[in-house]
Amino acid sequence: MKQELLQLKNLRTSFRIGDEYYAAVDDVSLTVNKNEVLAVVGESGCGKSALAFSVMGLHTRAKIEGNILFKDHDLAHASPGTMNRLRGKDLGMIFQDPLTALNPLMIIGDQIGEVIYLHNKTLSQANRKKKVLELLDKVGIPRPEHTYNQYPHELSGGMRQRVVIAIAIANDPELLIADEPTTALDATIQSQILDLITRLKKDMHAGIILITHDLGVVAEMADRVAVMYAGEIVEIADVMTLFGRPLHPYTRSLLNSVPNAEKDQDELHVIQGIVPSLKNLPREGCRFKDRIPWLDESAHEENPQMHEVTPGHFVRCTCYKHFHFPKERKEEKHHGIS
Amino acid sequence: MNGMWKFTVRRILIMIPQVVLLSILVFIMAKMMPGDALSGLMDPNLDPATLEELREKLGLNDPWYTQYIHWIGDLFHGDMGESFRYKMPVSELIGQRMVNTFWLSLVTLILIYLISVPLGIISGRYNDSLLDQAITGYTYIGFATPLFIFALVLLWIFGFQFGWFPTGGSVTPGSTPGTLDYISSKLYHLLLPAISMALIGTVGTVQYLRNEIIDTKQKDFILTARAKGASESRVYNRHVLRNSLLPIAAFFGYEITGLISGTVFVESIYTYPGMGQLFLESITTRDYSVATALTLLFGIAAILGTLISDIILSLVDPRIRIK
Ligand SMILES: Nc1ncnc2c1ncn2[C@@H]1O[C@H](COP(=O)(O)OP(=O)(O)O)[C@@H](O)[C@H]1O
Ligand SMILES: [Mg+2]
Repeated sequence: MKQELLQLKNLRTSFRIGDEYYAAVDDVSLTVNKNEVLAVVGESGCGKSALAFSVMGLHTRAKIEGNILFKDHDLAHASPGTMNRLRGKDLGMIFQDPLTALNPLMIIGDQIGEVIYLHNKTLSQANRKKKVLELLDKVGIPRPEHTYNQYPHELSGGMRQRVVIAIAIANDPELLIADEPTTALDATIQSQILDLITRLKKDMHAGIILITHDLGVVAEMADRVAVMYAGEIVEIADVMTLFGRPLHPYTRSLLNSVPNAEKDQDELHVIQGIVPSLKNLPREGCRFKDRIPWLDESAHEENPQMHEVTPGHFVRCTCYKHFHFPKERKEEKHHGIS
Repeated sequence: MNGMWKFTVRRILIMIPQVVLLSILVFIMAKMMPGDALSGLMDPNLDPATLEELREKLGLNDPWYTQYIHWIGDLFHGDMGESFRYKMPVSELIGQRMVNTFWLSLVTLILIYLISVPLGIISGRYNDSLLDQAITGYTYIGFATPLFIFALVLLWIFGFQFGWFPTGGSVTPGSTPGTLDYISSKLYHLLLPAISMALIGTVGTVQYLRNEIIDTKQKDFILTARAKGASESRVYNRHVLRNSLLPIAAFFGYEITGLISGTVFVESIYTYPGMGQLFLESITTRDYSVATALTLLFGIAAILGTLISDIILSLVDPRIRIK
C-alpha cells in the first residue's frame, strides 16, 4: 500500500561557523510516502527549515552528507541542472513569510507564470496566462484577472500566501514542503490558509512535509509526525499514537504546551529552557539532557539510538522510561519498565 | 500609469520651493560678497557721487527683497549680469561653456556606468572571491585618492609623457563646427578628463551596487525563484539585478553632485573650457556675477539630478507610485 516517495538516510546538514562545521540537521533518517502528510514539529531553531532546505537544495553554503532519495535521484548529491529540473516541477515549496517571498518588482501573473514557463517552455503565452488565472482561482483569489496585474505590495499577507501556494502547486509537485506556512499570518487568516492547503491536498497526489509548531494543525492534517530537537529526530509515530502515547520528554512538553490539553498538569511536564544555539548544541549523549537535569545521568543512553517501541513508533534515548506519569504508570509496568 | 503621472507631477511641484530656496540662498551669498555689481565693472577713477547716483538708479539701494525680485525677473529674461573680466553678458559666457561641460559630464556618466555596473555585479555575485577582493581593493584606492591629484597624474603620463591625449582645450583650433573631424576632436579632448573623473567617481557606485547585490541575493524571494527551478543566471538576471539596480537609479542624483565638484577640478587641470573651470577662475578673479550665476546653475543641476533619480525610481519601482 505505502509507496515511498522520499527517503532521507543519515542526512547531516552542517553550516560553517568560523573554521568549523556545525550540524543543524544531524543524522536524520525518515521516509515520506506518497499521499501522506508528514508533520515535522519542534521549537524554533531545531533545524526544521534546514531540513526542508536540504531537500529542496536551497542551501548555498552548507555541507550536506547522507542521502536524500527521491525518484531515482539522490538530491544530496544531484547536479544543479537536475535540481533545477526537479524544483518547481516535482518539488514545490511554500515559504514561511509571504511578505518577503515574492519579488517586489514583478507582477503576480509573471511570478506564477515563471514557474510554469520554466518547466514547459513550449506552452503559448496565452495558455500560460490561462493557467495562471486558473491557479489564482484555485487558491481562492477573488478576482484573478485583476490580481494578475497587481504587485505583491498591493495584496494582503493572506493573499500573498495564496500566491506563494499557487507557485508551489503550479506544476502539480509530487512532494510539497510547507515550512510554517501560517506562522507569519493573523490567526483568522491562518485557518483560511490551512483550509486551503487541506482542500488542495485532496485533489493533489503529493506527499507533503508540513513544518509547524502548531500542534492543532498537526492533529488536523498530519498522518505521521516527526518531532525534532536540536537537529535530531527524537520521536516519530503516526499522529494517533503520538498524541495518544507520547514518549519522549520533549514531545510530552510540546504536547503539554497545547492550550486546552485535557491532561492533568504534572509539574514534570513543565520543561524550561530553550534550544541551544547551533555552536553550543550538545553533540554527545542525549541532547535533551540539560533540560531535564533532575534525571540521573544513568537514565540516558551513552549513545542515544532510535528505539522502535511499537511498529512505526520510534523514540530516541532511554530517558523517556524514567518519567512518571500518573495516568500511564500501569501501562509502563505492563511493559516491564521501571 | 496614472499613478506614475501623478507622482511625476507631484515630484516636479516639490521642486519649485527647492529652487526658490536655492535662489534666495545664492542671492544672499552674492550680496554678502565684498563690493557689488558696480565696484568691479566701473572705472575706479569715477567720483563717489556719480557712483552713488548710479547705484540708486540700478536699484542697489533698495531693500533686499525688492532687489531679489528684480534679480529673479532678470534671470527669467536670461539676464545674469555682466562678467567684468570677459566684458560680456554672463549668459553668453556660460552658454559656450555649458555645452562643453554637458558633453564632458555625459561621457563621464556613461563611463561610470560602463565601469561600475559590471564591476559591482561581479563583486556582489562572487563576493569574497579573489576577483571581488581585487575590485574592492580598487574602490578603496579610489576613495583614498583625491581627484585633482589623480587627474594631474593621468595628464602628466598620458598627455605629456606619452602624448596620447591633448593636454588642454576642448577642440583642435581651426576645425569647422559640424564636421566629423570637429566632433571626434571634441571627443578626443574630453576623453582623458572624463576617464580620470570616471575612474575615481565610479568607486562609490561599485561599492553601492556590490552591497545591494549581496543584500538582495539573501532575500527570501530569491529562494522562491530558486525553488521554481530557475537557473543561477536566470536568478541573477531576472531577480537579483533588477532589485539591486534600483538603488543605483536613486544614486543618480548623487552622481550629478559628484560630477559638478569633479568638473571644477578636472576642467581646471585640463584647461578644458567648461563651467567648472570658469567657476574656479571666476572665484580667483573675483568675477562675482559669473560665480553667482554658476552657483545657481550648479544648484539647479543637483536638484534636477534628484528629480530624475526619483522619476526613474518610480518608473522601475511600483511601490513608490502608491505613496
Ligand atoms: N545559513 C546558516 N548558517 C549558519 N547557521 C544557520 C543557517 N541556517 C540556520 N542556521 C542555524 O541552524 C539552526 C537551525 O535553524 P533552522 O533550521 O532555521 O531552525 P527552525 O526552522 O527549526 O526554526 C539554528 O541554530 C540556526 O541558527
Ligand atoms: Mg524555520
